[in-house]
Amino acid sequence: MDQTVGHPEFLQHHFSDVEQQRESAKLGMWIFLLTEVLLFGGLFCAYSIYRSWNPEIFHNAHRFLDVYLGTLNTVVLIVSSVTMALAIRSMQLDRKKQTLIFLIVTLALAAAFLVVKYFEYSHKFHLGQLPGKFYTFTGIEGTNPHIFFSVYFLMTGLHGIHVIGGMAVITWLIFKTRGRTFSSQYYTPIEMTGLYWHLVDLIWIFLFPLFYLVG
Amino acid sequence: MNKLPDKSYLNDPKGLKSWLLTRDHKRIGLMYLYAIMTAFLLGGIFAMIIRLELLSPGKDLIDADTYNQFFTLHGAIMIFLFIIPSIPAAFGNFVLPLMIGAKDVAFPRLNLASWYIYILGSLFALYSIITGAVDTGWTFYTPYSTETTTSVISMTLGVFILGFSSIFTGLNFIVTIHKLRAPGMTWFKMPLFVWALYATAIIQVLATPVLGITLILLIIERVVGIGIFDPAMGGDPVLYQHFFWFYSHPAVYIMILPGMGIISELISVFSHKKIFGYKAIAFSSLGIAFVSFLVWGHHMFVSGQSELAAMIFSFLTFFVGIPSGIKVFNWVTTMYRGSISLEAPMLYALSFLFLFTIGGLTGIFLGALSVDVHLHDTYFIVAHFHYVMMGGTVMAFLGGLHYWWPKFWGRMYSEFWARISVALIFVGFNVTFFSQFILGSQGMPRRYYNYLDQYQPLHGFSTFGSWILGLGFVVMAVYLIHAIFRGKVAGANPWGALTFEWTTPSPPPHENFDKIPTMEHGPYDYDKIVPRSTLAESD
Repeated sequence: MDQTVGHPEFLQHHFSDVEQQRESAKLGMWIFLLTEVLLFGGLFCAYSIYRSWNPEIFHNAHRFLDVYLGTLNTVVLIVSSVTMALAIRSMQLDRKKQTLIFLIVTLALAAAFLVVKYFEYSHKFHLGQLPGKFYTFTGIEGTNPHIFFSVYFLMTGLHGIHVIGGMAVITWLIFKTRGRTFSSQYYTPIEMTGLYWHLVDLIWIFLFPLFYLVG
Repeated sequence: MNKLPDKSYLNDPKGLKSWLLTRDHKRIGLMYLYAIMTAFLLGGIFAMIIRLELLSPGKDLIDADTYNQFFTLHGAIMIFLFIIPSIPAAFGNFVLPLMIGAKDVAFPRLNLASWYIYILGSLFALYSIITGAVDTGWTFYTPYSTETTTSVISMTLGVFILGFSSIFTGLNFIVTIHKLRAPGMTWFKMPLFVWALYATAIIQVLATPVLGITLILLIIERVVGIGIFDPAMGGDPVLYQHFFWFYSHPAVYIMILPGMGIISELISVFSHKKIFGYKAIAFSSLGIAFVSFLVWGHHMFVSGQSELAAMIFSFLTFFVGIPSGIKVFNWVTTMYRGSISLEAPMLYALSFLFLFTIGGLTGIFLGALSVDVHLHDTYFIVAHFHYVMMGGTVMAFLGGLHYWWPKFWGRMYSEFWARISVALIFVGFNVTFFSQFILGSQGMPRRYYNYLDQYQPLHGFSTFGSWILGLGFVVMAVYLIHAIFRGKVAGANPWGALTFEWTTPSPPPHENFDKIPTMEHGPYDYDKIVPRSTLAESD
């Protein structure tokens, strides 16, 4: 084939140039993020309905969430977003070692987020503040206080799954970066993971005030 | 005499492994076609058994519980496994890159993944059938779906997984259409089928995630009892309906829009005339996609939503009639003074026009609040959506199947038998379902196992129609399969059409085109160019 001349390895056969491939990946990723927003949208909708029906329960129950741990996790995630963005920049400048460091820091911060979440969850399990029929806690006044925890566990749980998914992809990126797959010419996967990671961060930024702060 | 090309996507490269790992959109389209035809067969068998059981009151063939499972399976299989993926995943995959002059879709690996996800989802659905099926109806309404002992979880999990397949296909198509069009193909020079796929993809991407989260909530509700849809625990079963229809109403347009796209192609090609109102048809697809998100409440007129909400939803529902009407009038105007040839695909297009119009107009009856209270959950609604879904989408699907069959295989089916089959299907369909409009308006409720004697004549008539319909499909299966092996060689452009997919050999080579085509004329410029049919006229 005559196209092999000047046809970089990472360019797939059906794209005519690198720019087209990059633009396609970007558009595809944004559409994917849109579907994520709608996936969470259903739960945000459920949140607002149950909150408007049971304002007192939400008010009373939210006090049992630890604002300090929530704030800590918010900071952890925001910093991880920064390191993710820095990883992309480093690869744009062809600094592979630096990219690697930033990716590993991002991964570590994601893990830290989950560790904090683990302590929060296990504390609630211990108290019996569980969703639905498993709810055994007696310290919250009003009918059906479990509704708050149903919504809380659903939303933070789904978010947690997304964090784990993101960690898997970042781990993959670390191996690929070590294997010298990426360069300043081709770093699309890192950039796309960055977009995804910012969305995960952003969803948490909505979850945090809705559960921990708004009484 | 024409010859088939030596090398095509069908035999280059060879071997089962090259098929299972293929990233060629044409092969993936064909694999989808096999899968959805299997689903169609299965759903069809359930339909025939349901109709047979309803031949007379009381038990004829199966008991009441089995009947409940069968109508649920008929609905769930036909909707989630057949009709939603049918046109976009099978024809869309095969034709879209060819139509816009691309080598493939934007993400070929994702495309293959979405086929495997479809198969995985179907396996979950099959597992559900084996382990006790589902008796909730395809809508899985709570609270019944959280209480029944049938295997709801594997079925809903299957549908959840199928949703991913649908999202990935939609995502792939949007990017493909945006980024991979051939040089010179501007937005308004795209074939209308591409516009329809684009509008469909938007709905797939925006609505399906909501179904996903809804079904996950349903599964969690069933497994751990979080009480989010359970009124006894402060939850709301009507919220489930809102969530469900927020997806499933737009999903109705995922089903019909690609069908409308095919009809736009067929009407223009077989009238040998430039499509009338190109932009109006293109924009009406987007219009339908937009309105589709605002009308879900019309499924819930008697579910306890507020009167104000019901009035607004009723009013908005009538808006769907506008873009649909725009399309129908433009198609009819395209035919006016065209030189119409009545080959099988065109006969399906005409069936579509006739049946879809009935289906659409009866939709207006159901959108009107007072009328709906009378007709809700009767056979009238059954007839209505079969006129839209089967009379509309399936007719368009069959039209597309016959239209692109020579492109798939390079060989032509028997026109004679195709016309016999279309006649059987058209007559059988109307006998089966028109009688159900009358049954419904007389008060026969849908989904009932038993009924009063007074309804027997019409039920019998309807069952009789289902046999004619079934016969039509059997005939079709025989001549289409025959065509694959023994059909006359079709050549690149048997219909004398102007879109890109007909400029490359049938079946197309692995890379689609020898060199990327450039746009020299519009897709429907029959007023400027007289394309030659490559199919020999005489036998």
